[in-house]
Amino acid sequence: MLLAELRNREQEMKQFRLRVAIAGAAVLAAFALLALRFFYLQVVQHSVYQAKAEENRISIVPVSPNRGLMLDRHGVVIARNYSGYTLEIFPRRVGNLEQTIDELAELVDIQPRDRIRFKKLLAETRNAESLPIRNRLSDEDAARFVANRFRFEGVELRARLFRQYPFGEVASHVTGYMGRVDQADLSRLEAEGVAANYRGTDYLGKGGVEASYEAELHGTTGFEQVEIDAAGRGIRTLSRTPAQPGNNVTLTLDMRLQQVAESAFGERRGALVAIEPSSGGVLALVSKPGFDPNLFVDGIDPLYWAELNGNIDKPLNNRAISGAYPPGSTFKPFMALAALQLGKRTPRSTIHDPGYFEFGGRRFRDSKAGGHGTVDLYKSIVVSSDTFYYQLANDMGIDAIAGFMKHFGFGARTGIDLQNEALGVLPSPEWKQARFRRPEQQKWYPGETISIGIGQGYNSFTPIQLAQAMAALSSGGAVYRPRLVAHIDNARTGERRYFEPEQMHQIPVRAEHIEFVKQAMAGVIKEGTGARAFAGATYAVGGKTGTAQVIAMKQNEKYDEKKVDERLRDHSLFIAFAPLDSPKIALAVVVENGGFGARTAAPIARAVLDYFLLGKLPAGLRRAAEDEAAEKQESD
Amino acid sequence: MELATVPPLRRIGQRLAEGIDSTLLILILLLSMLGLAALFSATYESPARVLNQLANLGAALVAMWLVAQIPPRTLMRFAVPAYVIGLALLLAVAIAGDVANGARRWLHVGVTRFQPAEVMKLALPLMLAWYFHRNESTLRLRHFAVAALLLVVPVAFIVRQPDLGTAALVAATGFGVIFFAGLSWRVLGALGGLGLAALPLVWGFLHDYQRRRILTLLDPTTDPLGAGYHIIQSTIAVGSGGAWGKGWLNGTQAHLEFIPERHTDFIFAVYSEEFGLIGNLVLLTLYSLLIARGLVIAANAATVFGRLMAASISLMFFTYAFVNMGMVSGILPVVGVPLPFLSYGGTALLTLFIAVGILMSVQRTRQLVQS
Repeated sequence: MLLAELRNREQEMKQFRLRVAIAGAAVLAAFALLALRFFYLQVVQHSVYQAKAEENRISIVPVSPNRGLMLDRHGVVIARNYSGYTLEIFPRRVGNLEQTIDELAELVDIQPRDRIRFKKLLAETRNAESLPIRNRLSDEDAARFVANRFRFEGVELRARLFRQYPFGEVASHVTGYMGRVDQADLSRLEAEGVAANYRGTDYLGKGGVEASYEAELHGTTGFEQVEIDAAGRGIRTLSRTPAQPGNNVTLTLDMRLQQVAESAFGERRGALVAIEPSSGGVLALVSKPGFDPNLFVDGIDPLYWAELNGNIDKPLNNRAISGAYPPGSTFKPFMALAALQLGKRTPRSTIHDPGYFEFGGRRFRDSKAGGHGTVDLYKSIVVSSDTFYYQLANDMGIDAIAGFMKHFGFGARTGIDLQNEALGVLPSPEWKQARFRRPEQQKWYPGETISIGIGQGYNSFTPIQLAQAMAALSSGGAVYRPRLVAHIDNARTGERRYFEPEQMHQIPVRAEHIEFVKQAMAGVIKEGTGARAFAGATYAVGGKTGTAQVIAMKQNEKYDEKKVDERLRDHSLFIAFAPLDSPKIALAVVVENGGFGARTAAPIARAVLDYFLLGKLPAGLRRAAEDEAAEKQESD
Repeated sequence: MELATVPPLRRIGQRLAEGIDSTLLILILLLSMLGLAALFSATYESPARVLNQLANLGAALVAMWLVAQIPPRTLMRFAVPAYVIGLALLLAVAIAGDVANGARRWLHVGVTRFQPAEVMKLALPLMLAWYFHRNESTLRLRHFAVAALLLVVPVAFIVRQPDLGTAALVAATGFGVIFFAGLSWRVLGALGGLGLAALPLVWGFLHDYQRRRILTLLDPTTDPLGAGYHIIQSTIAVGSGGAWGKGWLNGTQAHLEFIPERHTDFIFAVYSEEFGLIGNLVLLTLYSLLIARGLVIAANAATVFGRLMAASISLMFFTYAFVNMGMVSGILPVVGVPLPFLSYGGTALLTLFIAVGILMSVQRTRQLVQS
């Protein structure tokens, strides 16, 4: 037994040693292969590589492409490039950074904020070759530096293109802004396999169209073969593969309309989205407050950045696509359509509105004390009866409501060509089940269905969802994917790619029902809650006001605006489309803490429609436009 | 009493030399010296790197000495904890990496950061050697299956980081253990065949940039701004070195900044340009001797654990050296693998010296058994 085991051990040992010997032989063979390769490179091909190394005074320098332009639907330039001088420091070639910057400051204007930004860049970017200490030098400063260049080893003056947004804050959430390529961007570019194309590129699009169409706008990096001397300095260019400029991106946006909308907002916070119902093209997309993308261009100054981030109004947040608001009464036309389509109401059925709806011993109050008396479907929209829709929601049930509203895209991303779109909430028992953790919270209570009927409760939609739904309703149920880009042009070849309207689906709803709701919405403007804001309008328009509670009122408490803190006041909403028979525009407006929809949101919609349909400019913009025209005439 | 007659200094010397295999020590010190010379040339603008590397070397030597004092029996006890910790770290990096986009290989620990994959380079062979040792007398095919699973899990994590180079190296080291443990030739053959057949499948799983690196190897001129540039320039550096080299500090390729990563992964290009074919052969000889010494230690080791560790560590040295030199001389794709004992970098150096410490520990135990 022992002997057998011993023999077994010996056998095993022999086996192992055989494998060790094989491994040793394999190692030798592999190293011999390497030795052969070295022999081939260093002896057989030596003269070839020797020559190449001699020639290898050639350095490959990337040439960054011009970024594509961004234009509005009429060809007005929204984002362009201009060239300027930038003073760059090569940290690895500079002995004492502090001292060098101090000496530079004697020649050129270097502000404390430039120093802060430089330090921040230095800390953030590892292995960067050069970092800007001062952007957009004046010609004088540039000349003064050139005269003293010999004193500054490791500091160079470079001509660079900067992004410029002539409209400043206007449409800032659409354009986005440019930011330095950071470590996270680098690894993403590496993963996408385009890192080589970003050699020599310091800035890329962050947010807005700049980010979502980065691949189109950036262009292809070219390279130059430059002969260099023994110290690595360039002597002459040997060959050049030119960079190919980025494509020009033309938006569906109407910049003038955008200006009108933004000026109508004034200092108020909120969002507006206007869509062309027949294509999904976005005509205006406002999120207030905005920011000035020009200030990001040369690496944002840390003070402004802190201000933007610390601001409780969150100016960097694009409310139009990532803010979610309860729709309030703007939900009622969709509820009415659902009632007709599902056979829960007919145009002739009426209810009595005593000013409240009683359910389970609880009173759901109407916003009008005493109620609207006898109310039919038409009147329910025109006067915005709450009682009517409490009752309707209760009759329909949450499943039917959620099932119908899904068609309009509520609670789902619209798929607009911008990043960070929010989902919103179209409440349903399934949603509640998934949303909450505790069993008693997961259950859907019938009472919760009732406030859904007037757009309160868990309901919360993004302005773009509201605008998309409005567009779908106005165009007979065709849902298009909202999009900002109309076409993309290759500036060099003249090749143009159109983005065809993309119809996502057709809502199964009868045309006569849609016509009824549209007529009722026209009634809102003619004789209802929107009448005052649209007094004297010469075009036919349909609309609906909405007021969304920010804080929940107790059962018998009365909402008193003056007593409520400004940020807890109701949101003001308005949706509209025009003209009535063949709509060319559908829009949704949300004014945060704006109070009644009729008071703040509706006038903004009026200003937008007045310009879009009649070309009428508001007073402030009119003067600016006249000046512009006069200037143009003078120069002609 | 006898002890007292020995002068105290000599006593300390004796204690220090105890358990240290002089052949191994001389070989790795020679290699490290060549590394320092090349490093000085590669970073002649900032000698701070050389001082740094010297400090790294000192720390690594201490670690090696400490490990060499630990008998293999005790080392075995570290196998399971090291493996579990290594896996946990890889898991942590997979989760935390998602948050801090772009830093998926690294884990921040206080002020420093390190790559958990580095831990696996030794933890995996330790674990496998321990496993085979434990099941020594009853070794069946299913044990190999378990071993394969122990190998695949961490490797899959590293592949997903994605760090294909390190994954391949860790897999190769682990596979070394399985091979030396005696996986039958028939299974080996079958696996080889399967592997070849699966190549097109693997190709489908590769990231675009990984495919491009392989294609770039076949024709470097297709990607003159990216990886192709590295291959072109490092091949020129090696070729222009010639038989005798351009001489220390005289390499133009390195000094004109044509060589990327010239103090880490591509330091061989600097070395090869300045010391030529002769220098390369010296380097290959040193590596061969190191590996041979390791294999001899393996062949004479007393326990299954000892021989598997010694053999797989030797194979690890070979794999790293071969892959790195193959990459720099343009016969293997560009992967981030340092040249053992020569490349700049504290963590890699530490791993290598600990590995040598394990070899010494195995060697020492054998002597004790014999005497």
